[in-house]
Amino acid sequence: MRYAMAVDTKKCVGCSDCVVACQTENDVPIGYCRDWVVEVVDGTYPRLEIELRSERCNHCGNAPCVRCCPTGASHIAEGGIVLVEPNKCIGCGACIASCPYDARYPHPKGYVDKCTFCIHRVREGMKPACVAVCPTKCMYFGDLDDPNSDVSVILKKRKHKTLIPEAGTRPELYFLI
Amino acid sequence: MNEELIISGRENLMVDPHLHIWHWPIPLYLFLGGLAAGILFFAALFYLMGRENEYRTAVRRIPFIAPIALIVGLAALFFDLRHKAFFWQLYTAIRLESPMSWGAWTLLVITTASVIWCALHIREFFPEWDWKYRWLIDLETFFNKYKKVLAWVILIYAVITGIYTGILLSAFNARPLWNTSVLGPLFLASGLSAGAASIVLGSKDKKERLTFTKIDLIILGVELFLIIHMFMGFLASTRVQIEAAELFLGGGYTMVFWIFVVFLGIILPAALDLMELRGYHIPAVIPGVLVLFGSLMFRFVFVFAGQISRWLY
Amino acid sequence: MATRRQFIRISAMGAGAVMAGAAGFRLLASELTDGQKATLAALNKRTPTYCEVCFWKCAGWVYKDDKGAIKKITGNAEDLNCNGRLCPRGTGGVGMYHDEDRLRKPLIRTDKRGTQSFREASWEEAFDYIAEKIKKISAEHGPECIALFTHGSGGKYFSTLLRALGSPHVAAPSYAQCRGPREVAFQATFGETLDSPERLDIRDTKCLVLIGSHLGENMHNGQVQEMSDAIDKGATIITVDPRFSTAAGKSKYWLPIKPATDMALLLAWMNVIITEELYDKAYVEKYTFGFEYLKEHVRNMTPEWAYGITTIDPTVIRETAREMANASPAVIVHPGRHVVWYGDDTQRMRAVAILNALLGSWGRRGGFYRPETFELPEPPHPAYPTPKRTWRTEFPDIYKLADTVLANGVCDASVPDPSRNCQFKGWIVNGTNLMETLPNQANTLRAIDELDLLVVVDTMPMEITGYADVVLPECTYLERYDDLRVVQHRKPQIALRAPAAEPMYDTKPAFWMARELAKRLGVIEYFPFEKIEDQLDWQLKQVGSSMEEMMKIGVKTFDRSADDLYFYPDEDVEFYTGTGKIELYSSLLADAGFDPMPVYTKHEEPPAGYYRLNYGRAPMHTFSRTSNNPNLTDLMDENSVWVNPRVAKEWDLSTGQYVHLVNQDGKRSEFPIKVRVTERIRWDSVYMVHGFGHQEKKLRRCYGKGASDTNLITKVLVDPIMGGTGMRGNFVTFITDLAEAEVAS
Repeated sequence: MRYAMAVDTKKCVGCSDCVVACQTENDVPIGYCRDWVVEVVDGTYPRLEIELRSERCNHCGNAPCVRCCPTGASHIAEGGIVLVEPNKCIGCGACIASCPYDARYPHPKGYVDKCTFCIHRVREGMKPACVAVCPTKCMYFGDLDDPNSDVSVILKKRKHKTLIPEAGTRPELYFLI
Repeated sequence: MNEELIISGRENLMVDPHLHIWHWPIPLYLFLGGLAAGILFFAALFYLMGRENEYRTAVRRIPFIAPIALIVGLAALFFDLRHKAFFWQLYTAIRLESPMSWGAWTLLVITTASVIWCALHIREFFPEWDWKYRWLIDLETFFNKYKKVLAWVILIYAVITGIYTGILLSAFNARPLWNTSVLGPLFLASGLSAGAASIVLGSKDKKERLTFTKIDLIILGVELFLIIHMFMGFLASTRVQIEAAELFLGGGYTMVFWIFVVFLGIILPAALDLMELRGYHIPAVIPGVLVLFGSLMFRFVFVFAGQISRWLY
Repeated sequence: MATRRQFIRISAMGAGAVMAGAAGFRLLASELTDGQKATLAALNKRTPTYCEVCFWKCAGWVYKDDKGAIKKITGNAEDLNCNGRLCPRGTGGVGMYHDEDRLRKPLIRTDKRGTQSFREASWEEAFDYIAEKIKKISAEHGPECIALFTHGSGGKYFSTLLRALGSPHVAAPSYAQCRGPREVAFQATFGETLDSPERLDIRDTKCLVLIGSHLGENMHNGQVQEMSDAIDKGATIITVDPRFSTAAGKSKYWLPIKPATDMALLLAWMNVIITEELYDKAYVEKYTFGFEYLKEHVRNMTPEWAYGITTIDPTVIRETAREMANASPAVIVHPGRHVVWYGDDTQRMRAVAILNALLGSWGRRGGFYRPETFELPEPPHPAYPTPKRTWRTEFPDIYKLADTVLANGVCDASVPDPSRNCQFKGWIVNGTNLMETLPNQANTLRAIDELDLLVVVDTMPMEITGYADVVLPECTYLERYDDLRVVQHRKPQIALRAPAAEPMYDTKPAFWMARELAKRLGVIEYFPFEKIEDQLDWQLKQVGSSMEEMMKIGVKTFDRSADDLYFYPDEDVEFYTGTGKIELYSSLLADAGFDPMPVYTKHEEPPAGYYRLNYGRAPMHTFSRTSNNPNLTDLMDENSVWVNPRVAKEWDLSTGQYVHLVNQDGKRSEFPIKVRVTERIRWDSVYMVHGFGHQEKKLRRCYGKGASDTNLITKVLVDPIMGGTGMRGNFVTFITDLAEAEVAS
């Protein structure tokens, strides 16, 4: 089992619904976020291109945050989902510094927090909150080992990329381009 | 024009607009760790070389700084933890992939060893010292018997600690400025020079001071070489590392790095050391303090600038 | 572990198939946050609602944690408006409930209007005060002199109250400040208005033309969803916008038009479609009136002619016209929504309507479907008294085709004028911040000055509350019942809003307020049910449902009365126009003395050193009403002024710098605004998101953040046909030295 997510940059309108949905689903404190939206504009008026990306933890296959965690609080759960166990986390910040995507943040309660791919929902057969809410249905989630999962199907069909693959982290958040 | 911006209002504290997760306690901790490593390295080395009596200050007296530095350093580290109540979790796992983990264990070993080392030399400061309890006296006897082993342990762990202070940072691929293998040796060198400088500062023996001035000069030379080496590496590397190096080559940290770290912390004390060796009388306190100051600034600059350097995407 | 698993077991209905026990549940209870627990809690604990953050009114479910605290809102999968997916504002609706700056108690003014000097009062006292004033105004001037401004569900009850008293004056700024011209134009062309949600079959369209609609930035939920479906299906999108909008970024063709010249492009498209005979001949022949007139009318309006006006390459105009024709009839020239731009907006919307008619998209799959609205019986009440006069009698010769009460009309008619014998004396304002909604604030303030009574009903201390005599704190939509939602769609549906929590503080629902006032004003018979839930249950039982059922399902879908979503081939369709046909040549407009076919008029251009002020929406905010919502300010807490790099260079501006804007009349922005240097905007205009720059200090999160476009719209280009207030004729320049700006003020 290998969970992954694909975001269609051609459909995303950057509305940030994924961010609010994550916040209310996971009690992310006001002022913090586990996911965010990036806009890239390229070109000169009127020859322009725009890319919109809903970003979050890449649940890397080679996760530097898990490697550098001194206590094992950062760990890999089923399907490759990278999680933090708050009661093991000492809040040293090493994992935050180790993430090239800046996907983690120090929760005001002290431990480090991040996207969980909504594992509590996934375990119950639901989609992550961001995927479930997206008005443009631009996000696909599923098991890469299952050739019929939403994410496998779309990745077969569409051209895609990952972010900073050269960092060697083997990210599992794909962007359809 | 190329524009790249986060449009969902992300403002995660200590992460945005650029990483600032590690504040002053971390560079302080790295400095004190390096300093202690340098001091203990020389103490163990000169002891094992059988030069204990010639280099009394280095072997017997200055090491008293080490456990203090280590404990203050650890306190600083603890202070920077955000989930302090779970600090003990650090010592429930040995995770060799995590420099933070093996560093914590290394520090535990070297702090203990340094305390023992100091205990063995406590009569340097308190000639009338009495351990009072039988078991403490037995322990002293035991460690005196195996002092050589202890010295070896200290020597090895001092090197590990010195390198660790650099590797802690260089292991982070995500921060291009830190992500260079030169950082381990560089931080080790910086720690050794700080150690040597404190011996020069603390010793009243002319010969001892001269020896450590020489040692210091050599290490400062090595440091300079490593810094040049590091920049060559960065500039010959990928875009992100070139941009990281540019933080020191015209970027926000240019002045503070070249003036405080390189000039005041390395070149000037080296020049003063050289003059001293050539027979000019230079008050020992000047190069010594400069080296310590430079070594501390080096950590600050590197920890802060490194957090700004990132992969652009 | 077993008990834990039972706790999280979820009934099969709801957000997807549930496989309780399929995966080992390894998380400890303590690891779940309250919000996560709320998700996992039994789904029958959720409360149905429909959203009140914007006018789209998506139906959804409110989730609470086991302590009864509201945690999150999700869409109702059955709802055609949202298909189970709320937009960011709907998802962030919880912030409206949790906002600690909410109005908490009834307030009565103690000093001058606009000074925010209030004392707290009991509901009794507030109602007595209002009732007494209303009685006095009714006696002295007649009940017609009381008007209601509304943009919210609660308006329904105040509207009943006013009608019962004998005033027909219920005005919604959503008309003359927004979509009024469109409704008049489509009425004139097709004999029907578009209403909300618009009857656009975007999901099945092959070509979507957005001209002045920034869909995706305006988060009209169902439409955004369908645009995404259309993209998936490979539809062509053509976007006309001087700004590189989000939608432009998804378009095959982006036409970076010179602002204020859209009419020329629309006419040129008609020219191409007619001269190249690309129009739907059978459709035009069968259903339309006035084709020959139109053909003659646009004969000379060639793409080359339009090029000189719009700066759009003639080949692109031709290509895009052909692209539309290729997709015909599955093509939509989007009518937009906020269409009050330059004062000739009804005519521009006519051009849009005509273009759709030529392409045969009205009544066709992938074009405009035939919506159906559920007929819900109203509770029995006596007939409303006939008003003795209306605002219309005060404006006999202007805005002839306005088919509803104009908010700005009421505003104008509140200022004494020798030409009018009625003057509005009392306003009730429900859920609309007139200070940010109506252009020309000075005029609004003058009107307010003349009032004997201004009652504001709101959940938040918006700017307008500062001018109220009485402020009535309404509870949020999550704490109240409201009327069943009945809106048009592909299938008729009703949706229930039930309270998920008791009202916080001393807030109350509008139904109760209006009924309490009705008691005091002797018109209680118009509110036959004491409790709104009894009224809803009565209504539901009339149509074979009940409160009990609706609490479980939230949304009920009914069958269409006929299977006629689209025109049948060769169906004889009767259009509600003068000629019974789609009027390319409008008899209605001709009779009223207006141009029967749209004509291009040149609009004023910015003077040297000034830039046209364009404004729009951000997907995470609804006008100015959400700017203090904690969840939504988290996404965007201030607006910025978009500036082309060329302009930035000229003014030496850089991204992140704060500047003041000053308009052509010397009106300066109240607060400095952050610059965003971006290629996404033309060099002759600037752009900002509407709804920021709040001046009310009680709105602690948004006070002083960003600038208000409304503040800078002092020049209003009124549409002579229906009174729409065109707001795109204002020009601004920069004050880069903030200190100097402060002195200048």
